Amino acid sequence: MAKRVGIEVSLAISEAVKLAKVDAVAAYPITPQTHIVEHLSELVAEGELDAAFIPVESEHSAMSVCAGTSAAGARTYTATSSQGLALMNEILFIIPALRLPVVMTIANRALSGPISIWNDHSDIMSVRDTGWIAIFVENGQEAFDLTLQSFKIAEDHRVLLPISVNLDGFTLSHVIEPHEFLDQDEVDRFLPEYKPAVQLNPDDPVSMGTVGVPEIYAEAKKCQDEVLKGSIKVVKEVFAEFAEMFGREYKVVETYRAEGAETLLMTMGSVSETAMEAIDKMQEAGRKVGLIRLRLWRPFPADDLRAEMGSVKTLAVIDRAVSFGGAGGPVAGEVRSALYNVDDSPYIASFIAGLGGRDITVDDFIEMVDQAEAMAKVNEIHEYKMIGVRE
Amino acid sequence: MENLNVYAAKMAPQQEFLAGGHRACQGCAELLAARLVAKTLGHDYIIANATGCLEIVTSSYPHSAWEVPWIHVAFENAAAVASGVEAAVKILQKKGKYPVDRKITILAQAGDGGTVDIGLQALSGALERGHDMIYICYDNEAYMNTGVQRSSSTPYGATTTTSPAGAADPLGQHTMKKNIVEIAAAHNIPYVATASPSYPFDLMEKVKKASETPGPAYIHCFVPCPTGWRMAPNLAVSIGRIAAESKVFPLYEVVNGEYRMTVTHKKHRPVIDYLKPQGRFRHLNEDNIAEIQQQVDKSYERLLKKVKMSSTELD
Amino acid sequence: MTKKYNEKAWHEYELGFMVSRPGCSAEYRTGDWRSQQPQTNKEKCIKCGVCYLVCPEGAIVLAADGTYDFDLEHCKGCGICATECWTGCISMVEEGE
Ligand SMILES: Cc1ncc(C[n+]2csc(CCOP(=O)(O)OP(=O)(O)O)c2C)c(N)n1
Ligand code: SF4
Ligand code: SF4
Ligand code: SF4
Ligand SMILES: [Mg+2]
Repeated sequence: MAKRVGIEVSLAISEAVKLAKVDAVAAYPITPQTHIVEHLSELVAEGELDAAFIPVESEHSAMSVCAGTSAAGARTYTATSSQGLALMNEILFIIPALRLPVVMTIANRALSGPISIWNDHSDIMSVRDTGWIAIFVENGQEAFDLTLQSFKIAEDHRVLLPISVNLDGFTLSHVIEPHEFLDQDEVDRFLPEYKPAVQLNPDDPVSMGTVGVPEIYAEAKKCQDEVLKGSIKVVKEVFAEFAEMFGREYKVVETYRAEGAETLLMTMGSVSETAMEAIDKMQEAGRKVGLIRLRLWRPFPADDLRAEMGSVKTLAVIDRAVSFGGAGGPVAGEVRSALYNVDDSPYIASFIAGLGGRDITVDDFIEMVDQAEAMAKVNEIHEYKMIGVRE
Repeated sequence: MENLNVYAAKMAPQQEFLAGGHRACQGCAELLAARLVAKTLGHDYIIANATGCLEIVTSSYPHSAWEVPWIHVAFENAAAVASGVEAAVKILQKKGKYPVDRKITILAQAGDGGTVDIGLQALSGALERGHDMIYICYDNEAYMNTGVQRSSSTPYGATTTTSPAGAADPLGQHTMKKNIVEIAAAHNIPYVATASPSYPFDLMEKVKKASETPGPAYIHCFVPCPTGWRMAPNLAVSIGRIAAESKVFPLYEVVNGEYRMTVTHKKHRPVIDYLKPQGRFRHLNEDNIAEIQQQVDKSYERLLKKVKMSSTELD
Repeated sequence: MTKKYNEKAWHEYELGFMVSRPGCSAEYRTGDWRSQQPQTNKEKCIKCGVCYLVCPEGAIVLAADGTYDFDLEHCKGCGICATECWTGCISMVEEGE
């Protein structure tokens, strides 16, 4: 039976990885991800997890090792943050091209410089176009549940793409929360053994990663894109199966008190908990304000987003990363593209807040709603505004 | 050819695991060496290949020259990818989840650039972690695939497209070849060797030993490149022989830290015999050549000392 | 009719654009690169197999009588075999002569 455990979120993730019976873990330390791989190495050392634990000499090698383990047919996991993700960058592109279902936790952290160990989303936003499925979680339970579900999504033969599970560094990764853990037999029923579609095997030799001559390169990219876009169907199926088995429901786009709302705040990650407080407060004051959260960042759930825009007149999108000199925050830019040609699409305000560990308070959220509504009224043309910065 | 039974060639494994139809230049010793390595390892092995000539010429879609499982991920990470393959095969075999339960040899292969420069960190990591694998560096002494740029394995005095001999700087490469063999040996791994396809039996013997040695093995293979060395293609094998005979590229192995020459010569040829046929050294003057002779003598002496020390320790 | 590799639609390729036919590069003809081709004076050949061993193309094949033939589909005419042959019985002759 499921049991309730109070544990640090990082460790809950490691426990989920253990329950997934991974075969291989590549590990390199970086704050705030380190507790995850530390705990995994402990689980291996204690004999609780029968996996190859490969303590590599860099994140570039971590991701390269993952390419090797996954191509050889092993269920493969790694975790990183910030600079580590940046160092992996080259290999991140190659993993989905080779159709390797690696699962990676990213404890999101700001990118240097100046060097910062604190949370924002600049790491994941910088690898937006690498071709990975990217999921955001907001609390420990979600981190545990979605880590397990990620293996099932990634390894589905209609998908065979890598997934990153993103959680806010420190503000989520390092807090102790209660978690409903699942038992091994429950997990086994949900997540069967990984059956690779192809693996490096001398009795059936294949060549992986051959030269993409111009006659096929565009088809290779088109294929990758179609499979990534198509994976949303599998994501939803897996969410549904999980809900059916364990009663916890997940959606690619989630809302909070959004019925009848004329203004929506849009967030990703753990700041939504504070955002909810702000929504409660504003609704108490009689304002028609709700919250919308993107759980799935890639593939971008454009249809699901559009479906939530019913009565919405103003959308305030909060980005936790800067696209320097761009036409909007990274998320806001996507949202504007997705809604631009839609009839009666809302006014979209782009705010950047919470960089490098800067808190976003309830008052900040209220201020963003105020500003967005005022801007909407005069249809103010803008790219993006930074909030909570001394001017 | 080697001073062996003339008919020894007939004893070599006959089956090919690297097919023809690859796109290497005429007389490419890198491909010759890879073919001999493939022959030696036979059926039960998996290759992780770095970007470079060997990768490009053998895997132009829709073709592959490889008869064994082969993966190419990037330029600098062959050792890391191979580490992953090795770790995965081991754990999956242990769990009874790998389709083959025979011993599988894992081979990482890369050029000198992919090894001595950009791949050095991944190589060092893999050697230090002790993966049971063979790493072969095919050293053609420059970044050939991108058009003959210098690497830290390019020899002193060689002209390349990024160490050109010019009017103001007539030497070409100013630095001596990085001694990667010593670097590999410094990881205290059980087997390190130099090799050359000009000595095919020595090469094949070393590959066999490396595959039979548990733990990491590093083989540094000298592969003349007619295109980059500006040399007639028919000389690709004989020039490797002259390299050994002139002490430029001695053939030895380091087994558990003990040095041993595997090919010796009663008399050595002067380096000029080695330099002369190659266009990349054509600009050198007598002083340069004397300097190279001195360098070669000195490093050979140093090597002999290690060999001598090893044999006394064995006594 | 099976489509050629450059005619297929994006969904008609193998997973990850891998190549699953081992050694299929042999289909590719490199013999056209040659300007000279090797010829053996089989009278002088001592059947040692050295030429076979040193060909980068693997384009030298054992014949029934113990001598070696050239696979002219793949031989690039590098001349290594001729240079390395012990007895000097291989000569390089101009292509088409
Ligand atoms: C990260 C990265 N940097 C640079 C390159 C370009 N590149 C591809 S192959 C190559 C040279 C390979 O040289 P070497 O490893 O010596 O192999 P060779 O081609 O000489 O056999 C270079 C510079 C690359 N593919 N990736
Ligand atoms: S450039 Fe040199 S190493 Fe590369 S294929 Fe040609 S001969 Fe071989
Ligand atoms: S000429 Fe070169 S390619 Fe042709 S058979 Fe002789 S060695 Fe092989
Ligand atoms: S090397 Fe010369 S002698 Fe030996 S088998 Fe070949 S052709 Fe005959
Ligand atoms: Mg090179």
